[in-house]
Order: sequence, then structure tokens, then C-alpha cells
Amino acid sequence: MDIMDIIVGIMTDYGLVMSFAVVGVVMWVSYGLSKLTKGRIHGSAIAIVLGLVLAFIGGIATGGSKGLSDVALFSGLGVMGGSMLRDFAIISTAFGARLEEIKKSGLPGILSLLIGVVLAFILGVVLAFAFGYTDVASMTTIGAGAVTFIVGPVTGAAVGATSDVVAISIAIGVIKSIVVMIITPVLAKPLRLNNPKAAMIYGGLMGTTSGTAAGLAATDARLVPYGAMTATFYTGLGCLLCPSVLYLAMTTLL
Amino acid sequence: MVVYGLTLLAGCMFLGMFCGDVLGVVTGVDSNVGGVGFAMLALILISSKLTKEGKLSEKAQSGITFWSAMYIPVVVAMTACQDVASAIVGGGALAIISGIVVVVIPLLLVPVLQKLGKPSDPLPPIEQG
Repeated sequence: MDIMDIIVGIMTDYGLVMSFAVVGVVMWVSYGLSKLTKGRIHGSAIAIVLGLVLAFIGGIATGGSKGLSDVALFSGLGVMGGSMLRDFAIISTAFGARLEEIKKSGLPGILSLLIGVVLAFILGVVLAFAFGYTDVASMTTIGAGAVTFIVGPVTGAAVGATSDVVAISIAIGVIKSIVVMIITPVLAKPLRLNNPKAAMIYGGLMGTTSGTAAGLAATDARLVPYGAMTATFYTGLGCLLCPSVLYLAMTTLL
Repeated sequence: MVVYGLTLLAGCMFLGMFCGDVLGVVTGVDSNVGGVGFAMLALILISSKLTKEGKLSEKAQSGITFWSAMYIPVVVAMTACQDVASAIVGGGALAIISGIVVVVIPLLLVPVLQKLGKPSDPLPPIEQG
């Protein structure tokens, strides 16, 4: 009888429960580290960075594509952090959000969505060109990847991009969401990201629901519902515009 | 009952996802368009109406607030499942540079767009908890 086998067996069989335990420990360590910085770095920001580090380690160790959850012992993280519970929790944050605040950002919110998608696309296209991708399908797909990591492959399939280009477009989208998670709390003060309207504009400009959700959580959790509301429309708008209007614009220009 | 809060939340989620799927089909996007956003709007509208009429008990509310309190831990679990390794190792310089540029430049527009429309007041400071 091997005690370790029994313990590991229990933790693997009760994956979701194991993930509650793991995330709890990560939060506890993070808020402890936050106290060491005298609260200058928010505990949730540290927790998110720790999560990314764990994902990196998991990915390197297993060669899989789902971070730490590819390790059997931690597979429950995939359930806890999967899209079903994540969206359920995001929606619940709207409880107590104020409708007047949302109305205030009607026009700038819609504008930020349009500018956000088109600007990210243009930046992606320019950088793709700078790195030697000169055909329309590749430039469009990489531009779409700069929108989000969902829009990239959707567009790539529609315009017939090669699989290595699709992989790059996904990588850009993932890096984008990671950068949003880390940089948002750092730049929140100079950019006056301290009110519901700014959060809605931010969600519209950044998109990437995962990045926006985590970045705002690390800044001020009360801003999350406002930013998440616009961010969820961003990917849809990107899937709508990139393979159609923006692709046509590219073929006309080149 | 606490579960009534979860039922309301579930109902709003299905309503929102339905709207998002229908909008996706109508626009030919072939994916859910803003389902979470619609669900959030539904929750705001329905819960504020029920609260005003006193039909949402404190226990039912706690069923919803539990999930909003679990939000950050869920996000941490989500970040631990991202494909960070292959994005950094496999994406190369183009992915890393692009990923940074497409965040920093749009971020600079946040204060610019904020000047449009009615101003919104900063949230009052809170103690970190």
C-alpha cells in the first residue's frame, strides 16, 4: 500500500474540489505577497501572474495546450476556469451594476468597440508586413489574431490561410490577453481607469474577454461588470468584420 | 432559498446566450455574438425590478453574490489553463511584439474616448480585502 498513490488518486478523482484547494492556496500566497509590497501590487494581480507562471510550467512539462490543467492532478482547473463557470461568474458580477452608468457610455462604448477592432487589425497587418508576410490572406489572418485568439483562426479558415499563419495568429491573441492581464493594473492610474465609463471603453478597445476580465479584476473588481459587458461584444464584432469588410478592404488596397 | 438566486442567474445566462446565438446566425458570424453581455443586461434589469418589488430575498441574493465573489478565483484558474508556453516559445518575435503593441496603443485611447458623452465619477476608494 502506497500512501502517496492513495492521496494522489483522491486528488485526481475529485478534480474540481482539488482546483478549489489549489486556487485557494494561490490566492492566499498572492495576498501574502501583496502585503509584503504594502498593498502597492494588488493581490489579485499577483494571483493572475502566478496563474500564468503555473500555466507556463504546466505547458512546458506536458507539451499540452491547456497549461497546468494538462497535468492529471490539476485537471479540475480546466473545469473551474473553463468557459461555462467563467461566463456564469462574469454574468453574476452584473448584479448591482448600475444601469445609469451603462447608459452614460452608450456612444463612446460603441465607438470604442469599432475603433478597438479596426485598430488592432491594422496594427496586426502592419506588423505582419514588417515581418515579411506580404500575401493578403496571411496579413488578414495575423491582423485578425491581433483582434483576439478566436477571431484569428475563424478568419484564417475563411480566407484560406496556411496553418502556420493561423498558429501565429492564435499566439498573438494569447500574448495580447496575457499582456492585458499584466499591464492593466500598472497603467490604470495614469489612464484614469477608475470609473465605470472608462471600464466600458477599455473593454471595447481591448476586447479579449479573458484579458479584460483579469486585468480589471486586478485593478478594481467593481469595474469588472462594465468592462466585461463591452468586451463580450468585441470578439463577435471581430468575427463579423475581419473575414468580410476588412478582408475586402485588404484585397482592394493591395 | 439560496438556489433561487442561482436559478435567476441560470435563466439570465440562457436568455443571453440565446440572444447571442440568434444574433450570430442572423449576422452570419457562426458563433455567439455578445451572449454574456446580453445575459448581464438581463440580470441587471430583472434583478433591479425584483429587488424594488421586494421579491428577491436576501438568501436568494447571496446565491448570486457568491458567484461574483468567486469571480477572481475562477479567473485565476482560467489563467492557469492558458497556452502560455506555446504562445511564448512557438509564436516567436512577431507574436510577442504584436501582442504588446496591440495592447499599449489602444490603451492610450481610453482617456481620449472618456471625454465623449456624460462624465462618470471615479468609484470611491476601498480598503483592499
